[in-house]
Amino acid sequence: MKDFLNSWGISLMVFLPLVGALAMLVVPKAKEQFHKVVALAASLVVGFIGILLMTNFDYDASGNLQFVIDKAWIPIINSRYIVGIDGISLPMIALTLLIVPLCIIYSWNRFPEPKNPKAFLILILILETGMLGTFVSQDLILFFVFFEVVLLPMYFMIGVWGGEKRQYASLKFFLYTLFGSALMIVAFLALYFLSDPIEVGGQLMHSFDMRILPELATGISTGAALWIFGGMFMGFGIKVPMFPFHTWLPDAHTQAPTVGSVILAAVLLKLGTYGFIRIAIPILPSAAEKWAPFIGLLAVIGIIYGALCCLAQSDMKRLIAFSSVSHMGFVMLGIATLTTFGFQAAIFGMVAHGLITGLLFFVAGSTKDRYHTLDISRLGGMLKSMPHMGWILGFSVMASLGLPGLAGFWGEFPAILSAYNPGLGLNVAFFRVLMVIAAVGTVLAASYLLWMYQRVGFGVPTKEYEDDPHLHDVTFTEWLAWTPILVLIVVLGFMPNIIFKVTDGAVERTIAIVNGLGG
Amino acid sequence: MFNMIDKVWIIPALMASSFLVILFFGKRWGTRATAGIGIAAVSICLMLSVIVAGNWISRVNHPPAGVALAAEVLQANGLTPQTSENIAGEVNAETHDSGETVAAGSHSSTSEATTTEALASEHGGEHESIPPVVRTVTWFQIGGMEFEMGTLVDGLAAMMLITVCIISLLVHIYSTEYLRGDVRFTHYYAFLSLFTASMLFYVLSSNTLQMLVGWELVGVCSFGLIGHWWEEKKNTDAALKAFLTNRVGDIGLILGVIITFFAAGGTSFNVLHINEYALSQGANTTLLLVGALCLFGGVTSKSGQFPLHTWLPDAMAGPTPVSALIHAATMVVAGVYLIARLYAVFFSGLAIGSSTFHYVAFIGGFTTIVGGLLAFVQTDLKKVLAYSTISQLGYMVMALGVGAWTAGVFHLFTHAFFKACLFLGAGSVSHACHHTFDMREMGGLRKKMPVTHATFLIATLALAGIFPLAGFWSKDEILAGSASGQDNAYTIMLIFGLITAFLTAAYMGRAYWMTFWGDYRGHAKPHESPKVITVPLMILAGCAVVLGFTNFPKSFFGFKLPGSFTTRFEHFVEPTFAFPPIQHAAFTPWLAIASTILAAGGLFVAYQYYEKNRGPHGLTSRNKVAMAGYTFLENRYYLDELYTGVVAGSTKGPLARGANWFNQNILDGIINGIGLGARKIAAVVYVVADQLIIDGAVNGSGQGSEGAGQLLRKIQTGKVQQYASILFAGAVVLAGVLVFVV
Repeated sequence: MKDFLNSWGISLMVFLPLVGALAMLVVPKAKEQFHKVVALAASLVVGFIGILLMTNFDYDASGNLQFVIDKAWIPIINSRYIVGIDGISLPMIALTLLIVPLCIIYSWNRFPEPKNPKAFLILILILETGMLGTFVSQDLILFFVFFEVVLLPMYFMIGVWGGEKRQYASLKFFLYTLFGSALMIVAFLALYFLSDPIEVGGQLMHSFDMRILPELATGISTGAALWIFGGMFMGFGIKVPMFPFHTWLPDAHTQAPTVGSVILAAVLLKLGTYGFIRIAIPILPSAAEKWAPFIGLLAVIGIIYGALCCLAQSDMKRLIAFSSVSHMGFVMLGIATLTTFGFQAAIFGMVAHGLITGLLFFVAGSTKDRYHTLDISRLGGMLKSMPHMGWILGFSVMASLGLPGLAGFWGEFPAILSAYNPGLGLNVAFFRVLMVIAAVGTVLAASYLLWMYQRVGFGVPTKEYEDDPHLHDVTFTEWLAWTPILVLIVVLGFMPNIIFKVTDGAVERTIAIVNGLGG
Repeated sequence: MFNMIDKVWIIPALMASSFLVILFFGKRWGTRATAGIGIAAVSICLMLSVIVAGNWISRVNHPPAGVALAAEVLQANGLTPQTSENIAGEVNAETHDSGETVAAGSHSSTSEATTTEALASEHGGEHESIPPVVRTVTWFQIGGMEFEMGTLVDGLAAMMLITVCIISLLVHIYSTEYLRGDVRFTHYYAFLSLFTASMLFYVLSSNTLQMLVGWELVGVCSFGLIGHWWEEKKNTDAALKAFLTNRVGDIGLILGVIITFFAAGGTSFNVLHINEYALSQGANTTLLLVGALCLFGGVTSKSGQFPLHTWLPDAMAGPTPVSALIHAATMVVAGVYLIARLYAVFFSGLAIGSSTFHYVAFIGGFTTIVGGLLAFVQTDLKKVLAYSTISQLGYMVMALGVGAWTAGVFHLFTHAFFKACLFLGAGSVSHACHHTFDMREMGGLRKKMPVTHATFLIATLALAGIFPLAGFWSKDEILAGSASGQDNAYTIMLIFGLITAFLTAAYMGRAYWMTFWGDYRGHAKPHESPKVITVPLMILAGCAVVLGFTNFPKSFFGFKLPGSFTTRFEHFVEPTFAFPPIQHAAFTPWLAIASTILAAGGLFVAYQYYEKNRGPHGLTSRNKVAMAGYTFLENRYYLDELYTGVVAGSTKGPLARGANWFNQNILDGIINGIGLGARKIAAVVYVVADQLIIDGAVNGSGQGSEGAGQLLRKIQTGKVQQYASILFAGAVVLAGVLVFVV
């Protein structure tokens, strides 16, 4: 079993969704039931493989890459098919494996216009391959390919199944992220050419291997390293998204179909932060040190700015979208400190934000299905018309504002804590100022979320919806899709070690590399 | 008696399970079962808490020594006890020659052996030093360090356990009648259980991070219960205000937890570890001062200290039993408890021992006056009690501030009972008077509600500090503590305290006479409440009578009881481990007399003014100064205008709208501008390069018959590819620049 997983596990997990998608391609779209079943089955089997990998994962050596596959891919540029899982990628993979089936279940009998479950589900499966691939890649070109694979399905999802302004939103999303990607690939190429070559089959060649690049990149001049980091910063930072490159996000979220929003918030944004932790910082630590104050500053501006924008929103989904900008600010602040605490906080924050904001978007989607609007001023009294849904919304709001005892807290608090004592030679006083501002952000988070909840959940229904028969409480498929998230938010809140223990070894190793101790 | 002290986690866990059961089955099983589950759970918790207290008392009477002590000390400091087995032997031999003193850095030292020896030699010699019982499990791990979650039991925790359980139990029972027929009966009981669980979790916390969790969880319960009747915007506004004001204070709490964590070496959140650090020789007192002030930010909001007290009166929008439990007896004292728990941090940071004035003591003292004055202008009985609570919380904070630890905690203890009695009494009155709390619609109720009246009177006198009721003893200790201070007297605090003694008696007298005397002014037919309401009142009134004697002074006007009957509270509750050396003020006869005269005077003035209708009535309409003062008070010092209007208003209004405008017009404008520009350029490129030159060649070859529609579609769908190709072309150029130029 272990041998099989070692040589095939990851590849199987990554590409099985594509196999499902291929199977669906050849069946006519009228057979909706078939498509739903195949898509769900594919995502569940992928999930099962993931579970097998996780149960066979050696948690005591979570700092080491495991189940590594290393095969020749594009020999001419020495780009290889290298995949593996360590403690940093494992939680992200688990998150992806969870969210995708839940999205399929949620969509079961509520495909947005213009329906067509076949195309919709195929896109979701392609997305899954892209996301999983990004998290397991250990070669820059491979990483880049998967990173880009994600783009197209999401573009179509927003552009075809989206709201009224879907054209504008999808194009903006696509171009903006592509712009970042372009700079990122430039950075990758520069890194490739400027790093020390290694001997491959008797001749000296440059390498895209992320495992050895930290060592190979030590010879790059400071100036070049700063530029390269800048390129990656644009690529990853736009994806996160960091202030001021976030403006694609509210539009994309507002226009995307529910499931698209969920996947976007839960997983896609994390590709950016993951990139920082996995690639940009360990490979170019000295450049990272120079960039860190700037990143920290933007992160904290994002926290406050996103929160302020939230307070000005009248559309529930747009509000949640801006809250992502604010929350991802905490993640980036943790990363910018270049400390174990900060990285741990960031990874926990990524998972927590994925679950919590995913849930919020689910609820927002269901709200829209029933009220046919997300205009906060027209909603109200949800607790009265749909008690369960109202409670779930209240719960997600509490989780989102970082309530201790729920998952969100463990992304926020250690991030703030880490800024007290930043790593490397970072300016302590500056980061302590950031710490205080970030702490103020927690108050703003509570204000916009609770204010939204007061207007949506509390009170009595407006005249318009007083006895609207469409306002039925949570349905079976919704329960099915939401229960795992609800449970996880509580469980992770009380037992944070479920994630911290897994990531600790890998984060420590990364920080050791950053500090120049590992290699 | 079996040892509960090791398994004390069962107590909050029991309440948490009660919450879950009510949450999932409450609706199905009905109201009787719901209330029954809650009451049963709290009753068991109360019994277990009594056992815990018993365990603690026997521990104080028979302190551990030698090997057992060494292991306990280790555990108390959050170190693993397993390794202590073999170390303990060595320690035992060395315990008696305690030559070594603890070096400042030894706490963060990873070498457990030295730490053990040092700690054991520090505490082994003195038999009075009894370490709390700490039991932990690994909570999470970061950077190879394991952080623990656990329970810490000492006298303080045991006292809180019992207080919370008793009042929670009485409130559970009382609510069966008070909330009979309420639409959200189940929801209410679920929240009561969750609140009790969180509060117990909080008081049993062994580390500051865990305290933060409990602290916020009780805050959420408070939010949910204030907003219990959420159909009305007034109630949800109050709930939001409570939560957000507390969040503002929580900034301080979060930062305080972080600062104390790093101050004490950045390895553990353990409260004893932090306290030990604060008391060690090399402690960084500046850092401790900042940490203590940050923590005090949290205290300021949670325990209703000036200037963040404004949420507490609004919190009265919740059901009255909730006000009694959460907003008078237990949750609001969480802040006081925090100071008491991390006392070494405050003691060293603020230099309580050598100072005569510092921020915490001042805010405490000032709050007593702020709250006391506002209580005068309220017509709502519950609001009088709310401002009174603010004032009394100020008393407790002031006591801790002047170094009178036991006095402050003792006042927390006695106040919980008589204030709960007052709130539940007010609830009983309102239950009889058509759910109003407006004292202008009451009056003459003493004949109609004899039991409520009697208990309310007892609690009023206890609050006013009339001998021999509970409040007299605890208030007097605070005044004595302020008068003698530590090295120096805290004179200003003493003056604050004495003024408040008068104010308290006066405003409570006013409330009492307005409610129970004169003629009935309302429209209902008041009647005595049923037993399920009056029995809890009687129990609480009984407590208000007797509890003061638990800390009977060593010498009372020369009258001396045997040692085993005096200062029992101090003996069992005051920590002896990782606790600063504090001096205890002796009973001060002249202060006791002075405060009693002031209190009696306050009652007398209120009696004359409100019952006999004497004194300068109508002064506020004649005298401009009085008028201005009254208006100032009536508007609650305009703090609400400042917070809601200026702070919240400008954040929600101009600031938020400004940010959004910036987002939509500036940031997005730039992006759209770039997009537009790129499209223009692309069009030129397309027309000139593609159509004229390249396509021209193709067209020229005779295939120029493409339809206009098809052309259009090509432009539409081609957009993405065009942009993509432009971007990638740019990227390649940039790559070249980077590689070959830089």
